[in-house]
Amino acid sequence: MKQFPEYFTLWHIAGHYALRVFAFLVLFFLMMPILVMMPLSFNAEPFFTFTEGMLSLDPDAYSLRWYQEIVDDQKWRLAIWNSFVVGIAAAFIATTLGTLAAVGLASPWMPYKRLITALLLSPMIVPLIIIAAGMFFFYTQFNLVGTYTGLIIAHAALGVPFVIITVTATLSGFDRTLFVAGLSLGASPVKVFWDVVIPLIRPGVISGGLFAFVTSFDEVVLVLFLAGPEQRTIPRQMFSGLREQINPTILAVATLLVVLSAALLFTLEFLRRRSVRMGGAG
Amino acid sequence: MTDIAPGLIPADARNAAREVRKRKLQAFLFVTPLLVFVIFAFVAPITTMLYRSIHNPTVANLIPDTLVALGDWSGEEIPDDTVLIQFAADMKRMANDRTSGQLADEINRALPGMSSVVKSTARSLRRVDDTEIATNGAALLIEANDRWADPATWSAVKAAGQAYSTSYYLTSVDLERGPDGNIVQRDTQIYVKLYTKTLRMALIITVLTILLGYPLAFYMAHASDSMANFLMVFVLLPFWTSLLVRTTAWIALLQTNGVVNSTLLAIGITDQPLELLYTQFSTILAMTHILLPFMVLPLYAVMRGIDQSYMRAAMSMGSKPLGAWYKIYLPMSLPGLSAGALLVFIISVGYYITPALVGGTDGQMISNIIAFHMQQSNNWELAAALGSLLLVLILVLYWLFDRFVGTDNIKLG
Repeated sequence: MKQFPEYFTLWHIAGHYALRVFAFLVLFFLMMPILVMMPLSFNAEPFFTFTEGMLSLDPDAYSLRWYQEIVDDQKWRLAIWNSFVVGIAAAFIATTLGTLAAVGLASPWMPYKRLITALLLSPMIVPLIIIAAGMFFFYTQFNLVGTYTGLIIAHAALGVPFVIITVTATLSGFDRTLFVAGLSLGASPVKVFWDVVIPLIRPGVISGGLFAFVTSFDEVVLVLFLAGPEQRTIPRQMFSGLREQINPTILAVATLLVVLSAALLFTLEFLRRRSVRMGGAG
Repeated sequence: MTDIAPGLIPADARNAAREVRKRKLQAFLFVTPLLVFVIFAFVAPITTMLYRSIHNPTVANLIPDTLVALGDWSGEEIPDDTVLIQFAADMKRMANDRTSGQLADEINRALPGMSSVVKSTARSLRRVDDTEIATNGAALLIEANDRWADPATWSAVKAAGQAYSTSYYLTSVDLERGPDGNIVQRDTQIYVKLYTKTLRMALIITVLTILLGYPLAFYMAHASDSMANFLMVFVLLPFWTSLLVRTTAWIALLQTNGVVNSTLLAIGITDQPLELLYTQFSTILAMTHILLPFMVLPLYAVMRGIDQSYMRAAMSMGSKPLGAWYKIYLPMSLPGLSAGALLVFIISVGYYITPALVGGTDGQMISNIIAFHMQQSNNWELAAALGSLLLVLILVLYWLFDRFVGTDNIKLG
């Protein structure tokens, strides 16, 4: 039994427990849809609901057939391949250019810092539908619509703000005299950047890259407008699955994605703790 | 640059100035590649869209000669035969180039019902001899369809022919230019209603996330560190889970034969399945679920930094818990609350995916109608105008956010 201060009345204590119950109900609301969906993906029947057999834990009511379907279906295989190719390429571009830019922006000499930062962060603020419409108009002129290149460029632009934010945060704990020291010892700025700065800000760079990857991996609005049938990604495939013919294969894919995001969450938490240990602001 | 080093001799001052320039350039060079990339990949597309909302050269490119001839037309009666003959010749050319469909779509937007008139006229003029058109084009045109004898039709052609026009903005706030040039209300009021509905839904979602998120963040902020970290996993896992996955989960739950309905039937609360999916209700429910972490995370970050002894002091001196919360805790947690609220509001105003998948017809938001004009009705200029208005709305909200909360408060994860 928890100890309450003596000035607490019965109402205080009741309020305390009411708050706890409410907080757990909200957490339940947050987790419930995902927790309900995961077992449904093992349904032996093509329904989105628990069968009698599933409720009585009959092993025959459960099956891996929807997972088998993902492996067998050419479309899903292509979608998984596309998601990783586009995600990795976009994250690579965003991280490389973004890290360089963050280093420049962290310099006290940087001209027009506020304006340029606002410009580079703007893809995060503008609604996706507007970005998608604009990119569709503009990329058409360069024949980039319906190509991998177009989609990768678009997703890289979306990932840039996340790289800038995470790397800038790590750089705030970075001692700039190390950079000057490197220069004074005769190294070129590029060499100092590569040999001194990068190793120290690596956790921030990696988590920025992961953010950029996840952004691309999860993105569907730009894919709807810019990708042809060849470039369909996992979310795009799920989108048409949900619109056209709903079957539990989507639940199986969704379950796999939850496992993947749990893995990413723990990686990022690990990186954040490491970055804090190394003196950055996380 | 003398202001940097007033006491230095000129040579030193020059060197210092050169050094400053060099450092500035160095910093700028680091940023340049990304800046060029973002300008090409993102800024130029947005600018193109803004431009597109006032610029539509389709008709001007299709029938330039007719439009020149229409230039001196008074607008009150049928234009001269020269205009009609020129237009008939243009129609024949377009029928053979298969571009008359484009013209039909564009003129139809200025005057509904014109699409079939243009198409049928193009078909009937397609095989006519050139000399025949040059001599008898005006009569042939009116013979093909008598609406070409109506001055209103030619007003529509002239209006559609303007390369630069604000008509798409007028349409997107349910106005139009009347025959006499005055701005009047359109017969069908769609977009203002839709903007209002979008803002109302965003407001409801924001209020719901506050009602659910504030107590949760409060509880977590006052729990022990290990408990708070443990509970945080249950906020962050949904946050990191794909949007499509969470929308899928809600579809699985809310379907006619879904989990919620079968539970309700089993308990006996209802004897036939409720229509939960494809409604405004399901959109608001799913979006509240999806955006709740955006409320909890900034609130939690701010509440963690509030010293609990203030509340304890107030309560030990006889204040009621709610009174102490309202007078002491609420003002201190306000930065987190306003950050969360504006974040949720801004994101939900521009939301597309969830309304598209679970919204049905009455759960559609402004983004969905933009997508509709982009993909189905192919009225790209109207989509651009609606998008530009949405963009302005978001930028104003964001400016307020920056002003009152400060963008430095946004943290990830």
